[in-house]
Amino acid sequence: MAAEHHAPPEPNHARRFGLIWLVASLIATPIVVLVVGPIMPPGNGSEQASGHVTDNTVLIGMATPVLLLVLLYLIYAIVFFRQPKGAALEGPAIHGDVRIQTTWIVVTSLLVLSLAAYGTVRLLEDGAGSGGGPSPVAVPSGYKLPVQVIGQEWMFTYRYPTYGGVETPHLVLPVNQMVELHVTSLDVIHSFWAYQLGVKADANPNTDNVVFVKPTKLQTFEVRCAELCGIWHGYMFDHGQVVRPAAFKAWIAEQQRRFAPVQKDLPSYSTKYIPEPTRRGG
Amino acid sequence: MSVLAKKLLGIGVGVVIVGVLIGFYVASWATSFPQSVAAVSTRKVAGFSGTQLTLQTVAAIGPKYSPNNPDWVSYLVLDHGKWVHSTVFTVPANSLVHVTVYQYDGDTGLRNPFLAQVQGTIGGTVTVDGKAITSINPEEASHTFAVPQLGLFIPLPGVPEEAKNQCEFAPCLTSEAHRTITFTFRTGAKGRYRWQCFVPCAAGWIDGNGGPMQTLGYMDGFLDVV
Repeated sequence: MAAEHHAPPEPNHARRFGLIWLVASLIATPIVVLVVGPIMPPGNGSEQASGHVTDNTVLIGMATPVLLLVLLYLIYAIVFFRQPKGAALEGPAIHGDVRIQTTWIVVTSLLVLSLAAYGTVRLLEDGAGSGGGPSPVAVPSGYKLPVQVIGQEWMFTYRYPTYGGVETPHLVLPVNQMVELHVTSLDVIHSFWAYQLGVKADANPNTDNVVFVKPTKLQTFEVRCAELCGIWHGYMFDHGQVVRPAAFKAWIAEQQRRFAPVQKDLPSYSTKYIPEPTRRGG
Repeated sequence: MSVLAKKLLGIGVGVVIVGVLIGFYVASWATSFPQSVAAVSTRKVAGFSGTQLTLQTVAAIGPKYSPNNPDWVSYLVLDHGKWVHSTVFTVPANSLVHVTVYQYDGDTGLRNPFLAQVQGTIGGTVTVDGKAITSINPEEASHTFAVPQLGLFIPLPGVPEEAKNQCEFAPCLTSEAHRTITFTFRTGAKGRYRWQCFVPCAAGWIDGNGGPMQTLGYMDGFLDVV
């Protein structure tokens, strides 16, 4: 009579792995949200930038359990489903599991749809620092200081329509003042990116792209072009400043005085321009 | 080795060779720079401490300097008495640089009139044919010499259309129709700063912004502050 070999009973892998994942998620997610969240880009230079930090924190908070699920399962499988040395066994046949498949589809769909809903709500608050086109759906209430951003190969210049339409080579904004940026271009497509302010908006020729931003602290911020626009695209950067209202008034008065000689030659302020000349254009 | 394996190996080797050749071509293109020309000390010739940079702008660089693109608009720089086709200039840090531009091209006009104002020079002015000015008529701009990182913007007025004895190809001579623009600016910290023309002056290209406007060595370059 042949001796019967009884393999040790398999543990309930699903329950054990589920428990490991749940505990790891309960520990890691708050740590990620509380430790990594506050240092997420782009910082807290404006209400919109702070909104981005919140959004990024929500994203990593939701992604952490998903990431742990994948990584922990990979490690679990390597440890517990490893083929013994010397054995040449066929793996067991794989069968579908309706419960697992349904759960996976429902949970991931809910995650994605809830993020889409969250993103839509955030966009509708104030545009979240992105360009809303000439007639943005989300318009913050109250007074907004209009400032025009003009892209050209290869620098940005700025016009202040409430200060006689003066044009300046640098961007200076008053702190705690909602600003309405009108972004346009005189030639090719550029993209105005004020990183620390959480603003990025395409600068398209003959188009007015409106974006709102409210700087919340005194700072120097970086301005870059984020659209490959030609040989000097990489050099199309500058630094802007957020200053106190009194300092802003003094600065804009100085700009009006400094650029008075060319003021008469500027076109009347408009939300977009179709500049001439293209005399040598082919 | 089977026939299929030999074919696959041949294709693989061919792809690698073509890839390497493309890589060499791109690397060669990306690292080919015009020679750098140093500004000349002016202590003995102008009576002030600083350096002198002498440039000319021409409507067509001509076959002598650029056989492949003889009709491209361009800058040239004076180096030891000879006009050199280069747009990389070396100047000392924290010092005065006196620039003379002999401008031989006609006007094109600025797309942004704001750049018609002089910015960043000593005194906030330039002299055009001996007359100090703070801005030019934007429609009469032929080129600009602008170093945005240094806040330097110099509009260069064009030679009138009706002027006689216009220069056809570089190098142009001062006996030919031209404008003379001079200015002085102070350099800052050491570094490499790009400079460019803001006038869409590239004939035959979309909006005048292609070709020589997008190629190092014609209407843009570097200012090496050392």
